[in-house]
Amino acid sequence: MRRDVVITGLGAISALGVGKDDLWNGLVEGTSGLRRMQRVDASGLPCRVAGEAAPFAVRDFLPKSYRKATKVMARDTELAVVAAALAAKDAGLNTRADDAEPTIPPDRLGCQIGAGLIAAETDELTRALSASTDEQGVFSLERWGTDVGRDGRTGAGGMNHLPPLWMLKYLPNMLACHVTIVHGAEGPSNTITCAEASALLSLGESMRVIRRGDADACFSGGAESKVNYMGLLRMDLAGRVAHTDEEDDGTKIVRPFADESGGVIGEAGGVMILEEREHAARRGATAYARVSGFGAAQTSECALPTGVWEPDEREVERGLVDAIESALGDAGLGAEAIDAIVPLGLGVPACDRREAEALRQVFGKALAEIPLITLTPNVGNCSAGQGGLMALVGALAIHQQAIPARIHTGPAVDGLDCGPSAARGMKIENGLVCTPALGGQNAALVLSAP
Amino acid sequence: MSQRRVVITGAGWVTPLGTDLDDVWRRLIAGESAIGPIRRFEADTFSTNFAAEVRHFDLVQLMGEAGTAYTDSGVGIQFALGAASAAIARAGLARPGERVGDGIDPRRFGIYLGSGEGSLDFENFVATNLAGWTGNDIDGAAWARKAYACMTAKREIEQEPHVAISYVARAFGLRGPAFNCMTACAASTQAVGEAFELIRHGDAELMLAGGSHSMIHPLGMTGFIRLTAMSTRRDDPSTAARPFDKTRDGFVMGEGAGMVVLEELEHAQQRGANILAEVAGFGSTADAFRITDIQPEGQGAVAAIRRALAQAGIDPALRDASGRAPVHYVSAHGTGTQENDGIETTAIKTVFGELAPEVPFSSVKSMMGHLIQAAGAVELITCLKAIETGFLPPTINLNTPDPECDLDHVPNRARQVEGGVEVCLSNSFGFGGQNDTICVRKFRE
Repeated sequence: MRRDVVITGLGAISALGVGKDDLWNGLVEGTSGLRRMQRVDASGLPCRVAGEAAPFAVRDFLPKSYRKATKVMARDTELAVVAAALAAKDAGLNTRADDAEPTIPPDRLGCQIGAGLIAAETDELTRALSASTDEQGVFSLERWGTDVGRDGRTGAGGMNHLPPLWMLKYLPNMLACHVTIVHGAEGPSNTITCAEASALLSLGESMRVIRRGDADACFSGGAESKVNYMGLLRMDLAGRVAHTDEEDDGTKIVRPFADESGGVIGEAGGVMILEEREHAARRGATAYARVSGFGAAQTSECALPTGVWEPDEREVERGLVDAIESALGDAGLGAEAIDAIVPLGLGVPACDRREAEALRQVFGKALAEIPLITLTPNVGNCSAGQGGLMALVGALAIHQQAIPARIHTGPAVDGLDCGPSAARGMKIENGLVCTPALGGQNAALVLSAP
Repeated sequence: MSQRRVVITGAGWVTPLGTDLDDVWRRLIAGESAIGPIRRFEADTFSTNFAAEVRHFDLVQLMGEAGTAYTDSGVGIQFALGAASAAIARAGLARPGERVGDGIDPRRFGIYLGSGEGSLDFENFVATNLAGWTGNDIDGAAWARKAYACMTAKREIEQEPHVAISYVARAFGLRGPAFNCMTACAASTQAVGEAFELIRHGDAELMLAGGSHSMIHPLGMTGFIRLTAMSTRRDDPSTAARPFDKTRDGFVMGEGAGMVVLEELEHAQQRGANILAEVAGFGSTADAFRITDIQPEGQGAVAAIRRALAQAGIDPALRDASGRAPVHYVSAHGTGTQENDGIETTAIKTVFGELAPEVPFSSVKSMMGHLIQAAGAVELITCLKAIETGFLPPTINLNTPDPECDLDHVPNRARQVEGGVEVCLSNSFGFGGQNDTICVRKFRE
């Protein structure tokens, strides 16, 4: 007998706020969380706007016994931990974090949370590096390695300036690991790192894990913050950041699918509880949506800006087409069954053109009639966190039978329903969420009414 | 849907002991160590100044002309390409360095790697941070000025952990489902296991799976030195890796890549592929205990091993038809840290009970160090060779028995197994408590 998978808990943290209601209400009201960044001195960077997460204290989301672990949580981990705690609560699950019998036995609870490279905190690392320079102020590996400090003390040399657990703070699997520890999730566990596709790939894997019977529920989604020096630099070098150092209104920069547009970086955690349908029904949980189809595919001719090859523009959208068609096939649906789409819509013209072309290939002329739900003018591009937010919004749209407002300050785009619009009720039986990632990895998820 | 079976039809590796599949195996069986002083960077003053480095690596030799496009990419990417080329060629799907050929639907050929981050542009990274340093914090304008003057898109983007997939998929024309996972030291075992599940489910007919990693760079070594996880036996590097030995004092860093081609059985048979083994089971669990410590009874490891065995239909308490313990070899995670080796031994005893002393359980990390995210796939390949040859690789440097590690660790000398090797387990455990085990067995109709 086939095991169906439904979404029973939603946890979101982003520039629009903490919790699913802040996210949904912010979108419905057409609010943007993009503004001048506070966490980084952006004075030398090409764009000073970002979608920084709303203020939060990670300790508020942890049991007392685990609060000291916050010292070894990087920003990305905090976002994941907060989103996961919100998701568990929203699903009505008791976990190890609560003073109650766990709703789901630990070995039946899995955790797949997509992540990215975590940047080491620049101040902490540079303070240590600066203690290992030679007389000319040049960094010296010899000094870095030596155990004896400038003051002659043993154990005070270069790298000793870093705390012993320094590296553990920055391993990408720490997002999932802290979540498994906090909530006692001892089932299958993974950390998928494919940039913007990470979260949907994780959601697809969680769905497969539950379908095949290896778990009854999973934490699933993604979280990431690239609002730091190295993250912002790399995203710019990858062509994903607008060069508009004077503009402070993010909605004037990010105009998904328009030619005059640019990308803005955000940070977010989007984590959901995926649960076997009968299991959810037995405990009377609300199912926001059913995860009915998943597909993934690689664009082997992807436009990776490392200069090793020239992207083949005739091929470059094919991976996304393949992923969407696989997801539809997995759901047993044709393209005509899709009522709304949550595309990545980065607002980076080259990326958006390819994504739109893939959607045209799948949906044909009918695409013009399918509303696109875009998040980037509201929260920016949150990398591994983006797909988590997107899937969450897709689930809420189905649950509410409504689509949120769209902020769009650009001109109308031919053949795409992506311009400015108010929130409105509409019948949504099936929605598509898709993420074409920087490195050519594509993932698509079909969500359906439960 | 009837259950789809998954077999391994190709394997390739890049290891500190070399890159040729059979030659590296001969060295392992001979008990050779690849560990020596670090040459990649100036590590003389580091408390651990030795590692198992991949030396004399030549991607063009492995891939032909096609390899020239990547020779200025980071070592992790090059290792991935080299191992992938060898695995695909060994599977008879393409000549080395060429794209998979006619008769193979590229959309049904996916890739699942557990590749690590790419090589940091260390010099420019340090110079940029120091240029921005005010003595107390970072001056953003000065930092950015230096960053844009010295850092390049190529070197920065190649550090993203999905880029190895992008390069390998482009080089060999793979268009199926593509994933990269980073579950620390368990990553490439996990990648192979998840790829196996994708084929079983019908998401692909073929998956290239494995991993690639090098942390032999200043900050990689720094991270593990600060954790005091590595051996500091500076006076005698070649015997520093001592898994299961009472005198063990930590692991030794290695680097490299391991890749296998997984294939749906009928697909493999239809094209007359040479089947190396069948993937019989996969288990993935989380300790959910502490990020710094392993659960002391090895509960997570026990659960992962049990899941893999259950999927393979093997009861660990029962002897097989030949009267032997039902698993003929366990490729241990066996890092050589005090904590891992004792707990992993406990886990094997818990799973196999009275039969545990009869299950050979060795660690090739004693010879080629710990390949971190690439370790699991490389160790899985040793299981394939054990099945093919009937020989088990030894744990070298095992001269002082530890009462806590009192299983059959195949000490110091390789062994030929009477009756051959039919069933193997490969264990990998990652920081943070991620446990993955794969069960492979000799293919029978």
